[in-house]
Amino acid sequence: MKNSKRDQKIAFALLLAATLLVVIPVGLIVLIIIQKGLPAINWQFLTDVPRQGMRAGGIFPAIIGTIYLVGGAIVFALPIGLMAAIYLSEYSRDNFLTRIIKLAIVNLAGVPSVVYGLFGLALFVIFFKFGASILSGSLTLGIMILPIIITTSREALESVPYTFREVSLSLGASKWQTIRHIVLPNAVSGILTGTILGLGRAAGETAPILFTVAAFYLPQLPSSIFDQAMALPYHLYVISTQVPNVDEKVRYGTALVLLVLVLFMNLVAIVIRYKFRKMKRW
Amino acid sequence: MRKFKEFIIEKLVFICGIASIIFVGLIFLFLLKEGLAVLKTVKLFDFLFGKSWYPISEPAQLGILPLIMGSFLVTLGAAIISIPIGVACAVYIAEIAPLKIKEVLKGGIEMLAAIPSVVLGFIGMVTLVPWVKNIFHLPTGLTALSGSIMLAFMAMPTIVSIAEDALYSVPKTYKEGALALGATHWQTIRRVILPAASSGILAAVMLGLGRVIGETMAVMMITGNAAVMPNSILQPVRTLTATIAAEMGEAVVGSEHYFALFAIGIVLFIISFAINVTADLFLHKNNR
Repeated sequence: MKNSKRDQKIAFALLLAATLLVVIPVGLIVLIIIQKGLPAINWQFLTDVPRQGMRAGGIFPAIIGTIYLVGGAIVFALPIGLMAAIYLSEYSRDNFLTRIIKLAIVNLAGVPSVVYGLFGLALFVIFFKFGASILSGSLTLGIMILPIIITTSREALESVPYTFREVSLSLGASKWQTIRHIVLPNAVSGILTGTILGLGRAAGETAPILFTVAAFYLPQLPSSIFDQAMALPYHLYVISTQVPNVDEKVRYGTALVLLVLVLFMNLVAIVIRYKFRKMKRW
Repeated sequence: MRKFKEFIIEKLVFICGIASIIFVGLIFLFLLKEGLAVLKTVKLFDFLFGKSWYPISEPAQLGILPLIMGSFLVTLGAAIISIPIGVACAVYIAEIAPLKIKEVLKGGIEMLAAIPSVVLGFIGMVTLVPWVKNIFHLPTGLTALSGSIMLAFMAMPTIVSIAEDALYSVPKTYKEGALALGATHWQTIRRVILPAASSGILAAVMLGLGRVIGETMAVMMITGNAAVMPNSILQPVRTLTATIAAEMGEAVVGSEHYFALFAIGIVLFIISFAINVTADLFLHKNNR
């Protein structure tokens, strides 16, 4: 009995050590980027174009490019993803097709990001002749975040109690009216959470935009969706590996802006989830 | 009129419902369309097992074995590091940590999942790479080992969250039964809970490794990008993913090189497909 108590102590200590080995570096990474990146952040850095071969100036075109790309991705992915979630939660039966759809979603989520890049290049850039453009990049990112939006929206829709639907249907509303006026309004927080998580993911990905939109250096802002654009993650990649002698401060500053953007979106998603969970009336 | 509207909406919803299948199909189709052309210049066997990757020499040598070995070596290293630590972390969070600490730990893991891979690659370049260089007295720290460590870290969110779900879904009665028979908490975890959750944990590990094989930016930034047959974990290597990302920008559309990079995409797609389908089977088994 004494031995088993001692064994338990040792085992639990090891498990704790393993956990700390994962969690402490996460905190350290965020702290290092904040500490070393913060001195680079000023108004000029955020609103100026890159200068002196990207060694000075700001990152404004990259920020704008990322906002366009993420916006385009969500415009494409949200309607399709939401409708797909409605299909799975409201219309589908438990049959072979549904099983295949779920498997396809799992696979879509597992496709390596660089393969999305290849796909976007083959389909949008070359086959549809959109060229390397914001349109091609947004569509590629949109397909990539589809699984996130479908999965979270579906969970949100399915968590609306079944009785809500029964009451609505018994009052004479049609199936679509029930979905439109009863199910969707009650699931809006979950859908919003999924959408924002998708936005965060799209903002941070580099590989899918490498061949579909990203410009190495483009000081003017894009004027149409058929233009190339700079993007924050690609810009960070470029100034860390492709351009020699970039001031550390500029690199950390770019990393900080990207990190804050992505973590901020995640935080918003968490806050929405938390607030609505408290407000729920069932 | 209302019936007609319902009908249209139902069809529209159905089309979006099967959109995932369509997109998976389209991805595979377009990879095949662009990638299979490589077989005109190189035999399948020579492509998969050829030992030299010199895509722009004349004539081009398109053997991807060095790249497969690069991916394999980095993934193996990441697996050795991430599986024990990831499962241990999941056990701690699911079974031992007090509720408040549990929330903090889960938040930390979620934050790790959210950090873009290019940011982790950058941090790896400025911290991990110099450490590896100094500790092992190497000419460069851009090695397979650095890649393995970084990827092990990046696989954690997947492994921990899915394994934790699996541990959590073990019926409480199993645990109560073991404790009632006089087993300690640790004995219960080791002899009852872990075996009962084993298929879910296996799925977690597989999905984590799927993430590792598919990871592109971080691995391209810190493994040194040398497309040669690796013979040590302390040498630079180049993975399948990094090769596509690094070379597609320069490949001429319609050239042998371009086709070969798409063919690598097919290999990656098939690997990730196999991993996801098998992991899904394990998860499904767990649910029943």
